[in-house]
Parts: sequence; C-alpha cells; structure tokens
Amino acid sequence: MAHDNSYTGQDFQVVGTRPERPDGVDKVTGRARYGADASAPGQLVGLILRSPHAHAQIKKIDTSKAEKLPGVKAVLTSKDLPDLTGGDAGMYDILENCMARERALYDGHAVAAVAAVDAQTAKKALKLIKVQYKKLPHVTDVDEAMKPNAPIVQPRIKDKETGKPTNVCGIVPMGHGDLDEGFAQADVIVERSYKTEQTHQGYIEPHACLASMGPDGQGELWVTTQGHFTYRNVCATLLGLDIAKLKVTSSEIGGGFGGKTHVWMEPVALALSRKANRPVKLVMTREEVFRASGPTCSTSSDIKIGATKDGRITAAQATIRYQDGAFPGIWGMLGAMTAFACYDLKNCQALCYDVLVNRPKVAAYRAPSAPMAAFGVESTMDILAAELGIDPVDFRLMNAADEGTKAAYGPVYGPIGIKATLEAVKRHPHMRARLGKNQGRGMACGFWFNIGGQTCSDLNIGVDGTVNLTIGTIDVGGARASMSLIAAEELGIPYEDVKCTIGDTASLGHNDTTEGSRGTFSSGMATIFAARDAIDEMKKRAAAMWEIPVEEVAWENGAAVAVGKHNSNLGSLTLKEIARKSPQTGGPIAGHNEVTADGAGVSFASHICDVEVDPETGATKILRYTVVQDAGKAVHPTYVEGQMQGAAAQGIGWALNEEYIYGKDGRLQNPGFLDYRVPVCSDLPFIDTEIMEIPNPSHPYGVRGVGETSIVPPLAAIGNAVSNAVGVRMNHVPMSPPRILKALREAQAAEKQVSAG
Amino acid sequence: MSSVHVSTTINGDAVEYVCPVGETLLDSLRDRVGLTGAKEGCGTGDCGACSVTLDDQLVCSCLVLGVEANGRTVNTVEGMAQDGELHVLQKKFIEHAALQCGICTPGFLVAADALLQRNPNPTVEEVRYALAGNLCRCTGYDKIVRAVLDAGKEMRKQNKSKSKKR
Repeated sequence: MAHDNSYTGQDFQVVGTRPERPDGVDKVTGRARYGADASAPGQLVGLILRSPHAHAQIKKIDTSKAEKLPGVKAVLTSKDLPDLTGGDAGMYDILENCMARERALYDGHAVAAVAAVDAQTAKKALKLIKVQYKKLPHVTDVDEAMKPNAPIVQPRIKDKETGKPTNVCGIVPMGHGDLDEGFAQADVIVERSYKTEQTHQGYIEPHACLASMGPDGQGELWVTTQGHFTYRNVCATLLGLDIAKLKVTSSEIGGGFGGKTHVWMEPVALALSRKANRPVKLVMTREEVFRASGPTCSTSSDIKIGATKDGRITAAQATIRYQDGAFPGIWGMLGAMTAFACYDLKNCQALCYDVLVNRPKVAAYRAPSAPMAAFGVESTMDILAAELGIDPVDFRLMNAADEGTKAAYGPVYGPIGIKATLEAVKRHPHMRARLGKNQGRGMACGFWFNIGGQTCSDLNIGVDGTVNLTIGTIDVGGARASMSLIAAEELGIPYEDVKCTIGDTASLGHNDTTEGSRGTFSSGMATIFAARDAIDEMKKRAAAMWEIPVEEVAWENGAAVAVGKHNSNLGSLTLKEIARKSPQTGGPIAGHNEVTADGAGVSFASHICDVEVDPETGATKILRYTVVQDAGKAVHPTYVEGQMQGAAAQGIGWALNEEYIYGKDGRLQNPGFLDYRVPVCSDLPFIDTEIMEIPNPSHPYGVRGVGETSIVPPLAAIGNAVSNAVGVRMNHVPMSPPRILKALREAQAAEKQVSAG
Repeated sequence: MSSVHVSTTINGDAVEYVCPVGETLLDSLRDRVGLTGAKEGCGTGDCGACSVTLDDQLVCSCLVLGVEANGRTVNTVEGMAQDGELHVLQKKFIEHAALQCGICTPGFLVAADALLQRNPNPTVEEVRYALAGNLCRCTGYDKIVRAVLDAGKEMRKQNKSKSKKR
C-alpha cells in the first residue's frame, strides 16, 4: 500500500528502505554480549533457593551450615532486604516477589540466595540451607480462587464491601450505552464461555545479570532488560541507594516480549554483591524462568453479543476473569479496554476481574490481556455471523470502528486501520484458496493501544560528519537500524553515516521501559527532535561561516543553504563541511531532546489462517497463515514484517500447544522446553504479511507501534479455523490434541443421543 | 569434584583448559576458553542455542562434558568467519533479517552449516526439520528458512565456479 502523507506531509528518502542492521555482524559472529556474557574480576556465582511448595509459611531458615562452607561469600534471606518501600504497595510486591518474607506464595518463590566462588560450591551451599515450612492450602485455578472458601493468597487484600480478605484484587467495568435496551433490539443473541491457559513469553535468553556493589553505596548492574532506567529506580529504592549512584547497563537482550519489563532477581544480585563485597553473576536456569519469572494470565470468560438480522450489533457484553498470579496486576483493566475496541458499538460493557492464585506473578506478554479477550469476542463474532448467515469478514466490516467512533474504552478514534485491514483480508487471494478434507479456514481481528511515555535521545556530530545517536529504549528487533534511518532522514545524510547506541543510565535522562510498542514511536520522535535541534545549531554555524543572519539559512538535503537573492553567491555548506569546521566555529555540535511522547497511534491487525486437523490424533497443522497489520509508517519494512511474523508464531503456539500445567500439589509440572512446547521450525509454514500504512497524525512520520498487535488475533483466528475444520466449536486454548479429541468425542456422543432419542 | 586437564582443538586452534569432570562443554567454552557465542537457553538440549560441532557432528554443548573434548575438534560460531570474511550463511542471515534479538542465531548458524555440508540442496521441508531442534521465539522462522535456502543456493554457485576453475 502506498504511503499516504496527507496527515504528515512527509516524503521519505531513507525511511521505508531496508538496509542491513548495524548489530548484524556482532550477532552472527557470537561477538554480541548478552546478559550472561559479561564477567568481572573476582566475580562470584549467585544461586537462588526456591520454594518447593505452592503455599507455605516459612517458619525458620537456618543458613549457618551454608555460611560455614569454604568458598561461600554471602548467604541472603529476606532479613537482608528490609522493607524500605515507605508504604508503596507496588514496590512492596516487587520486594516480596524477589524474596519471600513470612510465606512462600508459589512453587518457585525465592526464599534464600548464596554467592560463592564457583557454581559447584554455590550448589552445595543451597543444599545446606535448611528451611522449615508449614504447608498451607493453595489455589491455582482462577475460577476456584474466586469461590467464597478459597485459600487466601494475600490476606492484606480486602473486599471493599465486606472488609474480608479476598483473592479478587481488581474489578474493572468499561463501556457505554444500555445493555438491556441493546439486547432487546437484537434478533439473534449468542452467549458462550471460554477458557485460555497460562503461557510464557519464552524468550530464549534466561534472566541474567552481573551486579557489583561497593561499600561506598555505588554500584553497577549489567542486565538483560527491557527497561534499565526502571530497573535502576526499583533496585535503588529496594536497596536504599541514591539513584544516580547505581549505573545500569542493558546488555544485548535475547528476547523479552514483556517478560523483561519487571524486576525479578536483580535486587538480590546487588544485595549479594553488597554483602560479599565482590561482583556477583546471577543467571536463571530455564526451570527458574518458567517457575519464577512472569508468565501471562490464564482466563475464563463469558461473552454475549446480539445483532439484528441485517448484521448490526446492538449490544455486546464480556465478563473476563484474569489470573494474576500471587500479586495484583492491571491485567483486568487492559482486558476490559481492549475487548471490544475493534467495533463501533452503541451498547457495550466489559467487566474484568483480577484474581490472585498461588502461581508466579504475572508479567506483560505482548499486548497483555488482549489476546484472551479477543479469543472470546472474535469466536463469538464468528458464531453470530454464521447464525445470521453473513460472511464473517462482511459481518466485521459492517460493525468495524472508524474515524470518529467512540471506542468502547472511552476515546474517540482518529484515523484508524481496522476497516483497511479487513478490506485487505477480503480481497486477499488466501481467502479464495481451496480447502481439502479436514481442513478449515478462520479469520479474526485484534487491537492494541501502543504507548508513548518519557523518552530522551542524544545526537552528536563528529568532526568527519558521522553521527552518534544515543537512545534510551532498548533494541530487540532492529531499533538501532530504524533509529539510524530516522536520524539519517532528518539530517539528510546516508544511513551508513549514523551509529546508534543504547545509552546506559548514566549517559541519558530517564527513559521509560521499552514496552507497549513504544520504542520506534517515542524514541523515533525524540530522535527527530534531537536531529532538528542539531540542525538548528548547524544553521547557526553556517550563518557564522557566511557572516549572514541565521534567519537566512535553511536546511535542505543534508546541507545548509543561504536563502535570498543577495546570498545567491554563497551556495551551500554540507553537514560534513560544517562538522569539519566545528572546532573553529564554537565547538562540538550536538542535538538533544527529552519528551513525554503523547499520541501513540492505536493499531489493528486482521489475520487469516488455514488448518488441517487429524481426526484420529487431534493434532492441528497450520497450512497457511496471513497477517495484515497497520503500521502507520513502516520505518524498516523488513523488521516490521519480522514483528508481525513473530507475534503470529507466538499466537500459534498459544493457540495449539503452550500451557502451564499445575499438579494437584500446586507445583508446575512442565517447567522446560521439552514439556512446554513452543512452535519449532517444522511446525510452521511461511507467514505471509501485508503492511498497511495509515499514518498516525500525532507522530511527525506517522509511526504507530507495531510490535504487539499481531499476537491478538491468532487464538481466535485459529480457533475459528479449527472449529470450521472439525465442525465443533473450540472454546478452550490451547487446542491441544487431547482437547480437540475430547471435543470431537463429546460432539459425537451428543449426536448419538439425539439420533437415539 | 576433581578437575581434569583437557587438550583440544577449537576453531582450528590448539586449546588447553582445566575443568571439573561434571562441567558441560558449554560452560567450559564460555567460562574457561572465553567463547561466549554458544548460549545456554535451557541446559537440557531442547533449544539448540548452544549448538557446536564435535568432530564435525552437531551437538548441544550443554549435553556434552567439557572433558569429552579432549583430543577432539570443536567448532563454534566464532570459527565460521574466515580471514575476515563472513561465512555465506552469516551474510544471508543479516541480508534476510533472519535474526531479531539474535540469541538463537549462533546455534542456528552452526546447525544450518551442518545441514548444508550434509545436504547442499535441501528442500524447504528438509530445512525445517533439520532446524527443528533450534528454538527461535522472535522470527516465526520465516526469514531463517529463506536465509538458509538462499545461502545453500549461493554456496552451490560458489562450489560450481570453484570446480570449473580446477
């Protein structure tokens, strides 16, 4: 789709091209340094002892034997991490999650830690720590946890009406209109219930850090993170340090998808280092990543949608229960906001609950909460379309939101791409491809807000005219390439002349965590403004060199030009020429910008999926998959495609295979990649992509976020496809082989009963 | 646990190190030899991020002991580029954007190299099954498969022109 510049007035020279990424060579040669790849002189190995119980009172921890083991330099319990949070409940939750205090709240909850001269000694020391537990009743299922007599996970959380402890830590209603009136107007109403299981982001790099604290209160932390500034602030608060005296450097990050937005063990590493007075390297095993970092919520939901015979939705209602793990989150709110965001609805309500259980603290996972809501809503949309006898794409188009629609979560939309993606789906050849026996096709759409937030960038021009760009959001999927493209575009120089670096916390002002698809949007904005700042300075230098007023200097195609007839003899001065003269014209040339980036553009995606289901085994094969998504402006289209394909693949895993399985003892039974099976190469087809570009008017280049939206539709798109293939509605993800076989057998049994009756 | 002296060849260089008998080859490479290209994603042989070759056989170095390298030849991602020139697979991975975060990339490159040496002209299906032991969570594998197919094509072309010259 051609770029529409009607909102931004921008024509692009460099943005939208596909150069090679600057971190490519380091990453293909093994030179790139990730969380576990750094070392420091005299470093110790840190290890964490974790609760084997789902819920237990910690009666006593005896560390004396471990402390006496030669080579052990520090042993840590919650006593070494006093509560310095000053009544900040969110911060206290992080503290308690890093190290259990009176009670272990889930299988895998940290209870003690050691630092020793090598891994063997550290392992021995862990075995010598004796913890006396008193097991308590536990609950791991979201619906069970809401029952009146369920074991209470956090007694400090009370029901607002009764004042009694409850596991329901949040209730968020969202919507507008009159549901009763709306449903009364409907000719057809469909009401269904759904379940989704808990999944993990599954980044291939486990959490890892190298912490170094001196007795003078100064420290350094090298860590794999999506938000080194946030990590710094949290660690400094929990350890009682001055923020400026803790320098946090984000390593190359081996995937995050939301899971590395939260602090899990870094304060423990710093506290161990402080106690031992030596650097400590702390790396999670894969089992620890599954048991003790933050997966996404499991959910159960009830969805009710009514429409008239001609296909107009009159009312829509969603009740969704989000399982938050052992600590309160904002997941219900995000679910309530996203559930009906694709549609133009007069009467709608989403009521979402946050529920505590004895599982690890839930973290963000790519468009958190939206995929589960979309699974229920988009499945119900398909059932309703079928009952009305309307094509499912047409039914969605008839009700799709548009510019001026009052979104179900409050705001009135500006220009948006939901209709464009649906129309692209409608005309896509994939929709007309023939299907064989046991095969089915499904489609679904999805929404994500995208966010902006606090951001700052530095841009320094060297004397040879090459440019150092320093940004404070992190790079997982090619951000250094896209930021270099943006700087080159704005300055009017080649992409190759820009070198982009992720700054540590001592080199830049605060940058919010890289989440909510904010990296390209907000660092892009700060980079544009920093470049314009540098251009202003270069115009001043050119004016001085020419000895004319700065008002008579313009910037065109990478050069200062003197404007006005009387200046026609002056010609132009390129960035390189101005840079070369900079030592004589006032010193180094730099641009800087700090901004709270507002106006992130909402983004929509529509997906098409073909599957084949083996009726003997219940196994599903993805035959073909197409992603259509609005990017606003694709700065580097290849990396945008990569985000769309990666998000779809994660959605496919969630839809078909991935789930946390808890035993009756409340322990996680599959904390490894063998039993928690993410899609492998032979599971997937090529994933086709179509990028739409409906510019975001609030960004100078029209950029929206692109990272998350495409994990929202797959659960429902695949659910619809599988249901169409087998003729039975699937209402529980993952649609693993046993679950599909069970649904088929139940349907056959029901059919027999009908024919017998 | 006692330690053992190991003499081995890594990426063509004679290397010696001392490691405890229970230490994995992955840890020996990373912590004793300083080659951190191979990554630990799982430690149980499920993710392939630690892929290296041992006497030309593709292995998960987290499932091999450091002492097993004694008298044998180990090749890692650090040995793929020769004389300052990237291997064709490395070039194609960058060109096709077959990496995002890059943590799985060393393992994929070593595994793909092992595939192309065994089967210089693989089908899409053969590439997908040969790489099924390597997990990538970022790309959905699309661009990885394309990069490997393209590298195979390029390498066949190079081999053809080499044999013609002879």
